[in-house]
Parts: sequence; structure tokens; C-alpha cells
Amino acid sequence: MNIVIASGKGGTGKTTVAVSLALSLKNSIYADCDVEEPNGCLFLNRSSESMKTAYRLLPEIDFKKCDFCGVCASVCEFNALSVLPDQVLLFDELCHSCGACSYFCPKKAIRETEAPIGTIRYGRVLPEEIAYIEGRLNVGEMMAGPLIDQVKKSLNPENINILDAPPGTACSMVEIARDADYCLLVTEPTPFGLHDLKLAVKVLRILRRPFSVIINKALETSNLIEHYCEQERIPVSLRIPYSRELAEGYSRGKPAVHIFPEMKKQFHALIIRIKNSIEKPVTENAT
Amino acid sequence: MPHNNSKYRQIVIVSGKGGTGKTTLAAALCELFENRVVSDTDVDAADLHILLKPEILERHEYSGGNKAVINRELCTGCDLCEEYCRFDAIHDYQVDPLACEGCGFCVRLCPENAISFPKAISGFFQESAIKNGEFVDAELLPGSGNSGKLVSEVKKSAAALASQNQRAWLIVDGPPGIGCPVNASLTGTDLAVIVTEPTVSGLHDLSRLIELTQRFRIPSAIVINKSDLNPENTKNIQKFAESENIPFLGIIPYDDVVLKALISEKSVINFPDSSAAVHICQVYKNILELLENQK
Repeated sequence: MNIVIASGKGGTGKTTVAVSLALSLKNSIYADCDVEEPNGCLFLNRSSESMKTAYRLLPEIDFKKCDFCGVCASVCEFNALSVLPDQVLLFDELCHSCGACSYFCPKKAIRETEAPIGTIRYGRVLPEEIAYIEGRLNVGEMMAGPLIDQVKKSLNPENINILDAPPGTACSMVEIARDADYCLLVTEPTPFGLHDLKLAVKVLRILRRPFSVIINKALETSNLIEHYCEQERIPVSLRIPYSRELAEGYSRGKPAVHIFPEMKKQFHALIIRIKNSIEKPVTENAT
Repeated sequence: MPHNNSKYRQIVIVSGKGGTGKTTLAAALCELFENRVVSDTDVDAADLHILLKPEILERHEYSGGNKAVINRELCTGCDLCEEYCRFDAIHDYQVDPLACEGCGFCVRLCPENAISFPKAISGFFQESAIKNGEFVDAELLPGSGNSGKLVSEVKKSAAALASQNQRAWLIVDGPPGIGCPVNASLTGTDLAVIVTEPTVSGLHDLSRLIELTQRFRIPSAIVINKSDLNPENTKNIQKFAESENIPFLGIIPYDDVVLKALISEKSVINFPDSSAAVHICQVYKNILELLENQK
């Protein structure tokens, strides 16, 4: 079961929620899919870590066979190839690894080779004995998609996988959420939090994923998010009150459930509710 | 990185980690810098307009590329497209537009010519009027890709307005992360103002962003927001800036007024006696001084 933690706006507490959820369960896997800035690892007491390099495919031209006909450049929608009278230029950062150039080359002069784009780290978390996995994009690399895809592929659907998504609502977020069993949108009671929550809700409705909202840094004085959720009939599954203690703990790399261990019960109960709702779908998120 | 040839100078506010206060600082700097164009390049979660309340003058459609569509009447169900699609976008003779990368492989592959490839609208960008200047921002349709290209459109339009109206400054509120939209935002900038926070994640994400700006030789400087949340980490970040030879622009202590201002949809600079506003004014002065010395 894949539960995706997303938000629209950055800094609302995705990692706080994702780490705490994973630590509140047995046999869960925390998967950091925010590959541009993966920082969940800073909150986990990691052990027995392994690492592997993640690759993507890039075309390589065999100049013994190439006759500079230009077909490769003409089939590339991303202008990643440019054919000159006696040279073919490849712009790595524009290549989407679709494979069209090598397939359509009449001389079979293009083969695809693996180029490193980042690393995948995995291991155990002590003392909770949960597993974690993290995708980490190399600095300067532009294509996050293939790395996210590889992190997702290494998850076992039999486990409860908690996927920590990047902020925003663009391709990376969609790549992570598109086949999620459930999504939790973490927001904060500010006009920015509300605005970006609405965008994230739009995406999840297009993707037809079941979801609910977690209000983090909740204030007694503001019911901005509650009001919107009520109007849109979106369930609010958890409120985490604003707490200086949590913020300071976070600044030192301490997960919320280690600061307030009683929160574990709440997170555990939330997962049970999610599990039940997936197994017996209710139409609470009908759009 | 090409430096812009016009007379205006460009400042981009970025952070690596989300939620460190980019837009709060950007909105305040918009009030302090005179004779400026402002743009928001966080195109998939643009928030600056909430505070600036722009009046939209012109709205442009944006297409990030084409998307494949299968014509069921011509399709013979050979499954070749599904087999070759690298993006898992084709199932049951249908293309999922959210998964389609727009590579056109299937369009060319189909033996029946049953796949068309129309241009897809993936968002909008708009030029607006704000108090004493112009504003350009965008709206990426949910789930659309190629946001780096939309960032470039926003910046192009903002640059044209800055030149036309002989503005002295272009202030850009950038996106989080270190990927393609961040790179597009940083292109041609005179100074990247990096807003971080004294948390382990703030420092972690900052160091990755610095690696990026150093690689592309983009002049950068650091601001620490919510500095009193963890004084020790604030010191560590200052030490890091020093060791990397990155100018330090100042601190902004945590201040309840920031939240109060935000909830009333105003910039914190409208509360001039607040500690946050006083510190931001100092950051502003330090930016001016830094750019003066950079010339």
C-alpha cells in the first residue's frame, strides 16, 4: 500500500508527517521521493545502509555507422540532438530518454547507454526496525522523473510505504501520486497554505486518488483550512497544533513522535482508518 | 551564465528547502526596491500575487509541448505504442495525458497512423500592474510538465518589461528545489538571495543549492530566517557561509507579526516597527551594498 504525503506549498510539514507516520507503524517503509532535496534521512536513526547509483538512458552515436542523415534530430521533440554535416551534438539536459532516436535511426548507429543521475540509499531505522529508501538527485541534474520511478519500483506493495513527495504540483508530484492508494495533503492555516492546497486538491481529483488533509501548525484563531475543507467535503484527518517545542525539535532533527510519543497513537489510528477506507471505499472524496 | 546586458539588475530569491520564507522576503523587498519589475517563477505554486494583488493586463497561453491522442477508429489494437512507451502512459489504447511526456515516439511508431499529436495547453502566464511597477507570474495547469520552460517565458516577459520601462531592478521570487525550474530562474541573475532556516533540513538543502550556484557561477548570498529557532544552527550556517566565501546578508528572527501580516494578506514591511521588518530593511541595505561592490 502506497500512502503519499504531499502538500503544494513547501515547508508545511510533509517530512514531519511522513517520518512520524512511518515510525508509528510496524514494517513500514519510509520512501523519500523529494529527490531534489531529500532530507527525511536527517530525522532517522539509520543503520546497515547500502547505496546504489541510479542511471538513465542517453543516446550514444557510433560514428562508424552514422551518415549524418538527421533522422534522430527530426524525431527528437526536445531538441536534444543537433546534426551537423560531420558531427552530431547531444544536449544531455534536454534528453528525456524516450528512445525514439535510437529506434528510428536507419543505420542502427545509436545505442542507449546508462548515465548516472543520482543515488538510491536504503537501510533500516533503529530502534523502530522500519526500512527506509531515499532517492537523491545529483546536483546539476535536471531530470528527476527516472529517479523517482526507480525509487517507486523498489517498493514492495505488500508493505505500508510512506512516500514523501516534493512540494508543488508539477510533474514530479504527479509521478509520485498518480498510482497512490491514498494521499495525505499537509497544509498550514495561512493564505499561502490554502492557495497551494487548492492546487494539490485539483491534481488529486484529476488523478482520482482518495485523499484527506492534515492541518499542521494549527492555530485556535484560524479556521481557514477547515472552512475550505467543509465546503469541498474533504475530510480533515488530523490537526497538529502549532508548537514551539516541535519546531525546535525539528530544527535539531528530532521527529515529532520522539518529542511527543503520545502522537504515535494518533498516527497509528490514522493509518488504520486509511486502510479501512481503502478496503471498504466510501464516497467521501467523490468529485 | 550569460549576464544580462540591460541596465536593470536582477535578484532571484531561492531557498532549496520549501517554506523558509522566500515569498515573505520577496514581498517585503518589492516594497523596498524602487523602480522595479517583479516576477514569481514558482510556477506550480505561485503565491506572491496573494500579497501584491496585481491587476492583470495581459494573459498568454503557454504550451509545454504536444501530447499523443489515439484515434480509436483507426487503432487496430496492435499494442506497439504501449510496448514502446517509456513513460507508462498508454493503457487500453488510451493515452493518459498526465503521464504522456510528449516525446512523439508512439505517433511515429503507429503502423496505422492512428495517433495524433496536438499541441497541449499546459498553463498561462500573465503581465499585471502593481503599485509602482509591473508584475509577471504564471499558472501551470495541475500536473503539467516542462515547468522550466514556463519559468523562462515568465522571465523573458519580465525582462522585456524591465527594459521597455527602464526599470532599475528585476526582483524574482523563485521556486524551491534544485531542479529544472530553479535553474531556469537563476539564469542571468546578478544575485541569488538564498533564504534558509536554522534547521538540519535548512542547512542540508542550502548546501545542495550552494553546490548548484557555485557550479554555474551564480553570485549568491545567504539570509537566515527564523534565526532564533536554533541559535546554534544559525551559527553553523554563518560559519558555513564564511568557509564557502559566501556573503552573509543577515538574520530575520522569528516574529509573530509575520504570520499576522500573512493572514491579513499584507507584506510584513507594512508593520515597520516589527522586528522582522527592521531586520529585512537591514538585509535590503546589505543587498544594495553587496551589489555596489560587485560592479
